Amino acid sequence: MAGWLEQNALLLGLALLDGLAYAALVFMVAVGLNMVFGVLRIINIAHGSLFAIGGYAAASLGLFLAARGLPDWTGYVALVLAAALVGGILGPVIERGVLRRIYGHEQVLQLLVTFALFMILEDAQKLIWGVQPVSNDAPLRLLGTVDVPFGEDVIPFTAYQLFVLPGVALATLVGLAWFLRRTLTGRVIVAVTTDREAATAMGIDARRVFLLTFTFGAGLAALGGALASPTTTLVPGLGAATIVLSFAVVATAGLGQIEGAAISALLIGIGRSAAVYLAPEFEVVVPYLIMVAVLLVRPQGLFGVVETRRV
Amino acid sequence: MSTQTQLSRRGALAVAAGAVSGSLLWPGSGSAQAQKPAELKVGITTFLSGPASVFGVPARHTAEMLFEEINRAGGIGGVPVRALFVDEAPGTDHLVGEFRRLVQNEGVHVMFASISSGSCLACTPLSDELRKTTILWDCGTQRIFEEGRHPYAFRTQGYATPEVLAPLLYLLKTRPDFRTLAVINQDYAWGRDSWEIWKTAMDALKPGVRVVAELFPRLGAPDYSTEVTRLLAARPDVIYSTHWGGDLVTLVRQAAERRLFDRSTFVLPVAEASLQILGRTMPAGHIIGTRGDHWNNHPRPRDPARLSRFVESYRRRQNEYPIYPCHHMYQAISAMQAAYEKAIAAKGGGWPNDQELAAAFRGLEFATPTSTITLREDGQGLEDQIVGVSSFTDRFPFAVPKDMIIFPAAMVSTPVGQKSVDWLKTLKPDLLAQVPAPIAG
Repeated sequence: MAGWLEQNALLLGLALLDGLAYAALVFMVAVGLNMVFGVLRIINIAHGSLFAIGGYAAASLGLFLAARGLPDWTGYVALVLAAALVGGILGPVIERGVLRRIYGHEQVLQLLVTFALFMILEDAQKLIWGVQPVSNDAPLRLLGTVDVPFGEDVIPFTAYQLFVLPGVALATLVGLAWFLRRTLTGRVIVAVTTDREAATAMGIDARRVFLLTFTFGAGLAALGGALASPTTTLVPGLGAATIVLSFAVVATAGLGQIEGAAISALLIGIGRSAAVYLAPEFEVVVPYLIMVAVLLVRPQGLFGVVETRRV
Repeated sequence: MSTQTQLSRRGALAVAAGAVSGSLLWPGSGSAQAQKPAELKVGITTFLSGPASVFGVPARHTAEMLFEEINRAGGIGGVPVRALFVDEAPGTDHLVGEFRRLVQNEGVHVMFASISSGSCLACTPLSDELRKTTILWDCGTQRIFEEGRHPYAFRTQGYATPEVLAPLLYLLKTRPDFRTLAVINQDYAWGRDSWEIWKTAMDALKPGVRVVAELFPRLGAPDYSTEVTRLLAARPDVIYSTHWGGDLVTLVRQAAERRLFDRSTFVLPVAEASLQILGRTMPAGHIIGTRGDHWNNHPRPRDPARLSRFVESYRRRQNEYPIYPCHHMYQAISAMQAAYEKAIAAKGGGWPNDQELAAAFRGLEFATPTSTITLREDGQGLEDQIVGVSSFTDRFPFAVPKDMIIFPAAMVSTPVGQKSVDWLKTLKPDLLAQVPAPIAG
């Protein structure tokens, strides 16, 4: 084992770097999905569409600013601005226009409604951006690459992948934890998550909390898409691919657990990267194998709490 | 009510008469003296949603544009043409149902199926069962005509074996000294099949090449950072990838940004459809293919004016150059026109029934803007393959091939009656002596 580790330590080091960047992107989507479920108790299939639309909007805005001759760094402003716009516009419209009508209904109905929403948003996306791949890698190119030593060789990594993605994910995690635990609004959200009836009885306007949380969750999904846009290519179907992986992260973490989402994203990100090096045949299934392994041992997820069903 | 009763009596008589003559068993196939229809309905299955809509929607635009042109010129045999589109994305079960609906309920005269090999494998047996002429207009699986006989199915372009073998021969001809190779293909039928074809042929033509990485990320993967890192660490002389669409764009962008193109020679048999999107991001000096011979800078097209007319018409409407699925759709429509003309002429001006139309397709030669395609006796089209090295010119804002080699279709296609993998095993390095020299520039 020691010999094997020594032999593969360099490769595993590379896998760790790749895994961190991947985990960061997955976390950004999964944490929003998890928050929304924690508060609204709705599994939002359309969350993946918000990721995709955030990506498209960021790429379009970045290209628009570049075409106007603005400096390259405005590409980073475009990422954040696009996410805020998508979350700020689509979040309230979806929550008020659709979700508000299905709170408290059967989960099957909620799944069907959010799935319908997903299909509508996918088509809207095609109407606006067409079907050809869209990309804007200016924010990626601007930061250049960093040569990571690999024995006598070097492996170039993009600075964006190495620093920006994990940095933003970490800042989101810390910021969210601070927001939920140290601010009044955050504590109100936690109260509604923990016991909606008691919170309502105490005078908390649960509807306002739902709107705020969903808008925030939508913004996080859009930010995930915006951050991914410089590294990936936006095509129809991106939302569906994203939502499936996010569900694996959320199920592994336990529904409603934010720090758990971070740990699960790390597990899945690094596990997938390690598979590419050690057993590439399993790369596709590793996230789901991790999920299944966790759920077999802890059906409520790594950090989930067993709930008592009221009869 | 009375009308219904009347109809049902007539219907019963028709059923009885039909059952006696056998004509109802095969919808649309019965009448030996087919009436000229008011319109020629063409059912077209293509991807209208999902990642493969990057191919399917441009192909639909092409069909709509060409049908308008045909109808403006008086239709086919004087009959206007109408397309009925079906989305392949929901899967083969849905597609099979839609295929039946189009044939049995809508009464389409010809079916065009499909982009996905899985879709073609599901639809081709239906062409046998329903006796409906079906043009396999884009799918590439070699299995269709190697594993069965399909009298009503015809593929109007090349297929996987020549599309993979030609780039391999190009590599062996122009850069024969490579010793190591890695593959990164999408994890589904095309990715796996195209690797099997490449590996089998490579082992026969250049034994001893060491495969240092076999990577099969999932179809639609949004990120290849880990794969790129692994390929950078493995330092293969050659990286082979049959990625397409957005996946190829992502792979090329991530690999280019991290200088992987500086370390290894890429062979990308399906690159053409992504080159416009990639623009200047696609590095020069790597081997690129187009699943046929239809490059915008074809060195010697059969009909330059026709090629230019098509490209410019498409560009005017879509504000982009046509990509290979557009050319494949053009080929399918050209074949359909040619077959109808041949069948109508054979019938002395009468309108052909399904059997007569299918008979016209067998052995059909039809002209495309770039070449002439012949449909073999098994239904497979013989289309030349052009492979070259990515380069930039003043004419296009994206990479186009230079130093192109035109591979004659017969050289790179599996002979009739043989299976591709068995045939590829029999290839000898002498084959390289038959490969034409690159066309300079």
